[in-house]
Amino acid sequence: MKKINLWALTALSFIFSFGSALADTLPTPAQLGFQTAVTPQMERIASFHNGLLMYIITAIVIFVTALMIWVVIRYNAKANPTPSKTTHHVMLEILWTTIPVVILIIIAIPSFKMLYYLDRTENIEMTIKATGHQWYWNYEYPDYDGLAFDSYMIEDDEIDESKGQKRLLSTDNVVVLPIDTNIAIQITAPTTGVLHAFTIPAFGIKKDAVPGRLNETWVRIEKPGTYYGQCSEICGIKHAYMPIEIKAVTKEEFEAWLIEAKDKYAFNNRNYEAITMAQIEGVQ
Amino acid sequence: MSDHKPGFFARWFMSTNHKDIGTLYIIFSITAALFGGWFSMMMRHELGDPGLQLADDGHQWNVWITAHGLIMVFFVVMPGLIGGFGNWFVPLMIGAPDMAFPRLNNISFWLIIPAFLLLVASALVGGGAGTGWTVYPPLSSLAGHPGLSVDLAIFSLHLAGASSILGAANFITTIFNMRAPGMTLHKMPLFVWAMLVTSFLLVLSLPVLGGAITMLLTDRNFGTAFFNPEGGGDPILYQHLFWFFGHPEVYIMILPAFGIVSHIIASFSKKPVFGYLGMAYAMVAIGVVGFVVWAHHMYTSGISVNTQAYFTAATLIIAVPTGIKIFSWIATMWGGSLTFPTPMLWALGFIFLFTVGGVTGVVLANAGMDTSLHDTYYVVAHFHYVLSLGAVFALFAGFYYWIGKMSGRQYPEIAGKIHFWITFIGVNLVFFPQHFLGLAGMPRRYVDYPAPIPPEHLQGALVNPVAKIQWILEQEYGYHLWNYISTLGAYMSGFSVLVFLGIVFYTLFFGRRVGDNYWNVQKNTMTLEWTVSSPPPFHQFEIQPKMK
Repeated sequence: MKKINLWALTALSFIFSFGSALADTLPTPAQLGFQTAVTPQMERIASFHNGLLMYIITAIVIFVTALMIWVVIRYNAKANPTPSKTTHHVMLEILWTTIPVVILIIIAIPSFKMLYYLDRTENIEMTIKATGHQWYWNYEYPDYDGLAFDSYMIEDDEIDESKGQKRLLSTDNVVVLPIDTNIAIQITAPTTGVLHAFTIPAFGIKKDAVPGRLNETWVRIEKPGTYYGQCSEICGIKHAYMPIEIKAVTKEEFEAWLIEAKDKYAFNNRNYEAITMAQIEGVQ
Repeated sequence: MSDHKPGFFARWFMSTNHKDIGTLYIIFSITAALFGGWFSMMMRHELGDPGLQLADDGHQWNVWITAHGLIMVFFVVMPGLIGGFGNWFVPLMIGAPDMAFPRLNNISFWLIIPAFLLLVASALVGGGAGTGWTVYPPLSSLAGHPGLSVDLAIFSLHLAGASSILGAANFITTIFNMRAPGMTLHKMPLFVWAMLVTSFLLVLSLPVLGGAITMLLTDRNFGTAFFNPEGGGDPILYQHLFWFFGHPEVYIMILPAFGIVSHIIASFSKKPVFGYLGMAYAMVAIGVVGFVVWAHHMYTSGISVNTQAYFTAATLIIAVPTGIKIFSWIATMWGGSLTFPTPMLWALGFIFLFTVGGVTGVVLANAGMDTSLHDTYYVVAHFHYVLSLGAVFALFAGFYYWIGKMSGRQYPEIAGKIHFWITFIGVNLVFFPQHFLGLAGMPRRYVDYPAPIPPEHLQGALVNPVAKIQWILEQEYGYHLWNYISTLGAYMSGFSVLVFLGIVFYTLFFGRRVGDNYWNVQKNTMTLEWTVSSPPPFHQFEIQPKMK
């Protein structure tokens, strides 16, 4: 993997991450490749793509195009008035069946390794739960006294550029997560709702939010910063208007935020065990 | 009775003649393409700038993409390639006087008209069906679409499906029973092979779609809960059923294209197709393996990691028979004596574009990789390269190759070439930049994308493109640039459609009359359609042809 990483960082990183170096967590106007990876997940995906797949598919397209240009030049009716009578060539046919098989095996081995790596880790340190609603995300921090809040997109006319807010990407309540922590992300949708998909391109994660199912993925953010994602499964009229905004901070900053957030979102507290029946009846 | 033709109404509205039905299918396909293409133009115009240009809201956008997808798949590519060229040339190529069940053939065609009307209605009634062509519940259930629109879309697919199943049964029977004496399966032209495999895919996959959408219909109207988690159902079940149909469906669209391209490449290379048996069985292999790769459309849905690994492996394997086809076409040309009339240009364009779309398919086949690319514009670019630029290029290739045979009049060569080059450049401008958008993370099915709104004097597609691009490049973030380039390409492609319509009109009314074998197809690549007049007699092969 290391070797492939190096490949990725050197030769092709210039071409395929062009633009992404300018603003490291946002798609930029002339961007040709992935957003900058800030998790080991996305680093693997990017190096698999930029360091292996791009070479293979570019080589194949160039090879096929070159053959086509060659036959057009060499075997046009002027250059070659009498067509040959060859209709098959067993060796050639065996070769163009077996060589692709070999290429596919070269792709498949790192592909499987990556797939199983992305799937899960055994050392989960904290969990958050994202529930896709029409059309906002609800986030819960079950490890922290049921901290929970909804996160809506900031409408166009309320965007405050001085705060660095981005059209269709910024949300009112930002998800804050600690860096260097193995975080399990549980993703679902209410049973009365529709499908959504939770994704952050810079993290290399994407999972559908399915009513009646609890999907899980995991992530380890390596760099503080603000990262954006957008709902990636068609969910109705405001499908394009339910972004995901995550702010990754140091563990200390995260602890500080927790205290603040528990206060701010106290009204949303989902820690039902702490609420006595009497309180519920009192509210009613 | 030598060449008796019925009167106008009986001939075109009660037809049992495979050539007339084929012609009706082609007219229908071109008409539907204008509808589907109009939706494309509105969509690209909408995405030319951030913010809303044409659409009232995201739902209207969803209605457009749904109508565009369903029209192009069910009412353009399938009727064009299968109903149109299949009906016209399968009987001609196997030396049969007509299809096995001529009246069934008539029903197949006339079912597709109400199917199309129902689909158009589904876009207009009750706010329209904005579910995407996949019609995934629960968005397509009562929760997401309480109106009549999705029910109408389901009925439309029922009819279109029934039409295709009947057509496929007809092709299978025709091909198995009505070949001229001496034409064994291993001597059958590759287009006929393609139609045979396609027909089997249709017969085996469409009933599954029919079942899935019927279950959806009863969920919506009769209180069942097949896909409703509140009643113990599962939305993922629908996805499995849909893609068990949906994946073979993409091969249904591309296999006839393979067949057409094989004939054109051979004819204009003056060489028989290289590795004929390999070509035929590659299509069979694609058809078989095509049935066991469906869940690669569902990598992010939460299916288990082992399942993802299996579907990755199975999907990668499809690249092998596909590679055999690409290399065999090149080997056919190798050593040939090539000429480049318009159909050959489309066929060459097809090989190139299908290769580009094919290699991005290899990228997407990897479940881990798909974590980044699933439901982004990369996928949109991929499937338009294989379908919009693959299947549609084959439609045009077939049209230019056979229009002389079908109408008796030849298209104007220069105009055909101009049409090719405008289309080729246009569609690449539309779809190549979409790879960049997808890699950068732009999700598909979005009416609007993150990017600053341009100042008023730079809004709109054709206002001072240079200043506009300069302004876009100065912005800190956004998906604007490649969307804008893509939209410019769409205008060019839209213009090429007008060129094509002009060519059709000119050809049918003023085209030069041509003889039986106007392409001078050589004996070694001869298929039987070149042995009859152009256009062929109303009833051909009154004396049965014999193959050596």
